[in-house]
Amino acid sequence: MTQTTGAFEPRLARRKRVGRLFMAGFAVMSFVGIGFLAVLIVRILWEGLPWISAKFIVNFPSVLSPADAGVRSALFGTVWLIVITGLVSVPMGVAAAIYLEEYASNNRITRLIQLSIANLAGVPSVVYGILGLAVFVRWLSCGRSVLAGGLTVALLVLPVIIIASREALGAVPNSFRHAAYALGATRWQTIRSHVLPAAVPGILTGVILALSRAIGEAAPLLMLGALTYVTFVPEGPLDEFTVLPLQIYQWVDQPQAEFHHLAAAGIIVLLGVLLPMNGVAIAVRAWHQRRKAW
Amino acid sequence: MVDVMEPQPLATVEGPPTLLIPRPRPRRREESAKEPVEPVISVQGLTIRYGSFAAVRDVSLDIPPRQVSAIIGPSGCGKSTLLRAMNRMNEFVPAASASGKLIYRGRDVYGAGFDPVDLRRQIGMVFQKPNPFPKSIFKNVAWGPIINGYRGNIEELVERTLIQAALWDEVKDKLQESAYALSGGQQQRLCIARAIALNPDVLLMDEPCSALDPIATSRIEDLIDELKTKYTVVLVTHNMQQAARVSDRTAFMYLGELIEVDDTQVIFTKPGNRKTQDYITGRFG
Repeated sequence: MTQTTGAFEPRLARRKRVGRLFMAGFAVMSFVGIGFLAVLIVRILWEGLPWISAKFIVNFPSVLSPADAGVRSALFGTVWLIVITGLVSVPMGVAAAIYLEEYASNNRITRLIQLSIANLAGVPSVVYGILGLAVFVRWLSCGRSVLAGGLTVALLVLPVIIIASREALGAVPNSFRHAAYALGATRWQTIRSHVLPAAVPGILTGVILALSRAIGEAAPLLMLGALTYVTFVPEGPLDEFTVLPLQIYQWVDQPQAEFHHLAAAGIIVLLGVLLPMNGVAIAVRAWHQRRKAW
Repeated sequence: MVDVMEPQPLATVEGPPTLLIPRPRPRRREESAKEPVEPVISVQGLTIRYGSFAAVRDVSLDIPPRQVSAIIGPSGCGKSTLLRAMNRMNEFVPAASASGKLIYRGRDVYGAGFDPVDLRRQIGMVFQKPNPFPKSIFKNVAWGPIINGYRGNIEELVERTLIQAALWDEVKDKLQESAYALSGGQQQRLCIARAIALNPDVLLMDEPCSALDPIATSRIEDLIDELKTKYTVVLVTHNMQQAARVSDRTAFMYLGELIEVDDTQVIFTKPGNRKTQDYITGRFG
């Protein structure tokens, strides 16, 4: 069977042993991640679940009685924030990606822009908070409003959306573009009908990542001067607000143990907002991917 | 669509062995060679460069109407580049540039202010690898006419076009299914349908059979034979037998230069150039 003489020394058993060793290493690493996540979720549910009730959702926070405290203002604030962030960052990000990938010629300026965007994706969120404070809160006089917060977070997640969308557009085979051009299509007709639909799954992946990050941000909003203790819901984009991460932060800061349980309950609500949002995006992506045929 | 049993004008040109012996034969196409026909496309001193590399060098060539003109030559000889120059698809290659003239119906395609978008409606193209859109069969055919403002009945057009492309019987019950459910040969005929749905003046075909099996290839060849009654066809192929089977005129290119162009029968029986003879007899390539 195995011929050990001659020009080859296969050492098959050893090679396979090395292969198994690496496989085991990779498997352990992936289970470490999943394990920590499981511990985290179990602990949060254990602490917070008893506190989840209709009252918790509809009541405003209270510093006096933990039993009556709720996340109403934070939940509304988060929904407002995420809607504003999404409405601003998704169209802007996708548009920028289309320009960079489909229109811009590959010159020094384009490369500089691309490099800057990649760097921006790594800038700490507090820095965006300072920017938001200077530009939106002060200069554009939005005040400490949910609009200022949404715009700041939109800037924060914009690079993520641009990079993901560019990669998605770049992965669309050129043969589709050429086929469309050869039929007398303009560049925009080609993009609109063929390139963009084919890139939707990848773009949505970027959007999911970006909005998931946006929903959990606290630091830049603290920087803007968003309040942590709010007993009203924003009625319009120029109202002051708080968001779930800030509310959770405020509760964790309290000395009483009850408030820590409230924080855990708040995290469950946060996850409860995040999951359906991602679920919709994943469903749309799956639907588009089924039609992807190349 | 095999109802018309046309006598194939070049059926006398057989496989490679006979090519070696130039037989004396009556030149049936003598008169067409004498009569000056107004060419559809006239390439005049065209040079195409990719960066500093000249892929096509100073080529001059006339494409006569309603005939199949084949461009043959070894890999890298510039035949595809020359074909793509005819509807200005080369400009999607980075750093491609053109000099010289390419006259289509009296206008210089490379002249100042010429818009290639409308040119491509009139000069359709079929690519080497079948590249249907990831959409339904119907939409694949209908999209081109729709974006170009077709004013007739689109369902009728799609049906008529698919019949013309000899694909209707195979797809009429599944027009709403994905084009990718079709076989490679069917996909390529769909791509031909997509191109002729715009009723183009010229149809450029870039090695349309190179990704197909022999049966699918022969169906496409039959189709090309019918298409030339309506359209001017320019066919790039690395398959010499294919050029001999379906084309009326053959151009031989080598290292970016046009070596020889003549009636297919002449090229394959008594080529005027030594290089052409070497190529068609299989001495290189």
